[in-house]
Amino acid sequence: MSVMENLAAVFGDPNMQWVLLSCMLLGVASGVLGCFALLRKHSLLGDAVAHAALPGICLAFLVTGSKSLFWFMIFAAAVGWLASICIGAVTRYSKIKEDTALGLVLSVFFGVGIVMLTGIQHSAGGNQSGLDSFLFGKAASLVGSDVAVMTGAAGVLLVICFLLFKEFKLLSFDPGFGRGLGMPMGWLNALLMLLIVTAVVIGLQAVGVVLMAAMLITPALAARYWTERLDHMILLAGLFGAVSGALGTFLSSLAANMPTGPVIVLSATLLFLLSMTFAPQRGLLMKVWRLRRLRRQVAREQALLSLYEEMEKGSRESFREEELLERRKQGARRLKRALRDLARSGAAERRGEGWALTAAGLEQAYRLLIDRRMQDLFAMYEGTFGALIFDRDQGRLEDQLPPETVRTLWNLLKVHGLMPKLVPATLKGRGGEAS
Amino acid sequence: MSHGAWVVLTGMLVAASCGFVGCWLILRRMAMLGDAISHAALPGIVLAFLISHSLDSLPMLVGAASLGLLATFLVQTLNQSGVQSDAAIGVTFTSLFAAGVVLLTVFASNVHLDLQHVLYGEIAYVPWNVLTVGGVDLGPKAVWMVGGTFLLSLLVIGLFYKQFKITSFDPGMAAAIGIPVLLFHYLLMMLVSLTTVAAFESVGAILVVAMLIVPGATAYLLTDRLRVMLGLSMAVGAMSAVIGYFLAVWMNASIAGAMTMAAGGLFLIAFLFKALRKKTVDA
Repeated sequence: MSVMENLAAVFGDPNMQWVLLSCMLLGVASGVLGCFALLRKHSLLGDAVAHAALPGICLAFLVTGSKSLFWFMIFAAAVGWLASICIGAVTRYSKIKEDTALGLVLSVFFGVGIVMLTGIQHSAGGNQSGLDSFLFGKAASLVGSDVAVMTGAAGVLLVICFLLFKEFKLLSFDPGFGRGLGMPMGWLNALLMLLIVTAVVIGLQAVGVVLMAAMLITPALAARYWTERLDHMILLAGLFGAVSGALGTFLSSLAANMPTGPVIVLSATLLFLLSMTFAPQRGLLMKVWRLRRLRRQVAREQALLSLYEEMEKGSRESFREEELLERRKQGARRLKRALRDLARSGAAERRGEGWALTAAGLEQAYRLLIDRRMQDLFAMYEGTFGALIFDRDQGRLEDQLPPETVRTLWNLLKVHGLMPKLVPATLKGRGGEAS
Repeated sequence: MSHGAWVVLTGMLVAASCGFVGCWLILRRMAMLGDAISHAALPGIVLAFLISHSLDSLPMLVGAASLGLLATFLVQTLNQSGVQSDAAIGVTFTSLFAAGVVLLTVFASNVHLDLQHVLYGEIAYVPWNVLTVGGVDLGPKAVWMVGGTFLLSLLVIGLFYKQFKITSFDPGMAAAIGIPVLLFHYLLMMLVSLTTVAAFESVGAILVVAMLIVPGATAYLLTDRLRVMLGLSMAVGAMSAVIGYFLAVWMNASIAGAMTMAAGGLFLIAFLFKALRKKTVDA
């Protein structure tokens, strides 16, 4: 069967449409809640809650004797909630740190779940089959009523998040300030935990308890690469969650016996890797590109300054590359390239065996050198300049500080005898004033 | 030795060796990294099988240990590139574990491992998989493997006890007096990986985490001395293995799961004991 036929078969089947819809919904819900969990540094709490859902599911089966998703979700949420309380209690009432408490509660609850699960499997009849599909998820077993339950839960979750967006934002970034405003931060935190627990249990059937944490963490983390705004991040995380839910469900339907959970998680990981590589501001490619650009610029400035300083000595017209390298150590290839860059922009030219600055280049170098020396003086006299802030990465000092400060620095340059001696002809009329 | 005795012995060895290295994880606040490593062992085991086409212990040990180290490395790299540490751990281990499950399912017909086995192991089958050298029955393979890695970690940590201690409590000072902190970090992670893999076969991925963390946490509650903590941790682990075995027989359920439950119960007792005593001291 070709891929197209597969697609047609999958999307034409009404049951499959339900399954796809619910997997997208769970992706949206966990993506949105995952953003808050990530910012609150509660990512791994989702892992503990998800693992703790297993005894909840077994308990639901033992108590109600049915396999309705509704009861599973209620019990799983209750036990997951209990687990999060246990983590809080252990860290609060003993010297045990949070990471240990997380691992402790996670593994003990899961161990209890395994004992209950195997106990049920060994004792009960055929009715128990399928409980173990909660370990790694089996989206195909979702039916219409399950989808209704999941849609309801996801809907409530999203509405609450929408209504309390401002409060949760405050909770995520500055809970102390929120408390100062008189907001019930403790209750908001408890509510957020409850919502996170709900987001986890929505995904139990499709993703399974073992990997559900990934749906909280990965889409949110992927979204973080694209934006600095919380509202955009939440929308993106919801979208990423939905896409990975749909993609994973579809891909896992291609192979027999393939549990849905891992494939959904791998789809989310793929989105994460793509985001990490290609995101416009924080992505790896952009970082590499920016680093290269910066290195090239620094090399250019170094070459410019070296040429200027050689010319300042006034001995000759042009200078060989080896001489420039001796003045400022940098890679020979990098220097060659920097000189070529300078030549292209008209700041330097080849003269005989070596290189020399043009008139425009001389002026550039002069201004740069003055700026550099002013920066040094600014650092030396930092105390006298009070609260003024200068950021080297934001460009020249002249453009960032008020004119009177620049004038003071200018005079200091003269006092310390740091004025560059070779004044370009273009600036001579104004006594070398650079600005 | 009877079947039950071998199972209990294996469980005790697993619990003691995990408890021993687990203490260091707890002290370094890296408990969840242990979780990540034990999950990462799965793709390592499956890959080792796909490459070597055998279920021998040695290739699996190598495969899983290298994936465990890879996981540590990935977490470290993500963390350095600006991802907060809990999220870095979460992304790494879920991805690797998911990849392992998918690989296992795709090649399920060839591998005699199934998904349940991966999670909570088959400690009950351990006594039947015996090691024979020259026709002599030397007891279950798992005992040799777990015991071997246990001895190895005892040896390595015993030799560099002072270095491990200083790097755990004050990495800044350790670096200042010239101890290669990163080397000991990776050395410890290697020991954790090996211990995890050796225990994987009998208790499964997630319950290794329990044995890494729970006995150590119990010991941590009860003492302030490192040597005592290490000893207590091993003792508590071994005790939970024994109690867990009888619990499992009585409840007719997973042995590894019951051992975890027992460890959790012992922790609860220690926790309540401490909390109550604190109250009476305060009052």
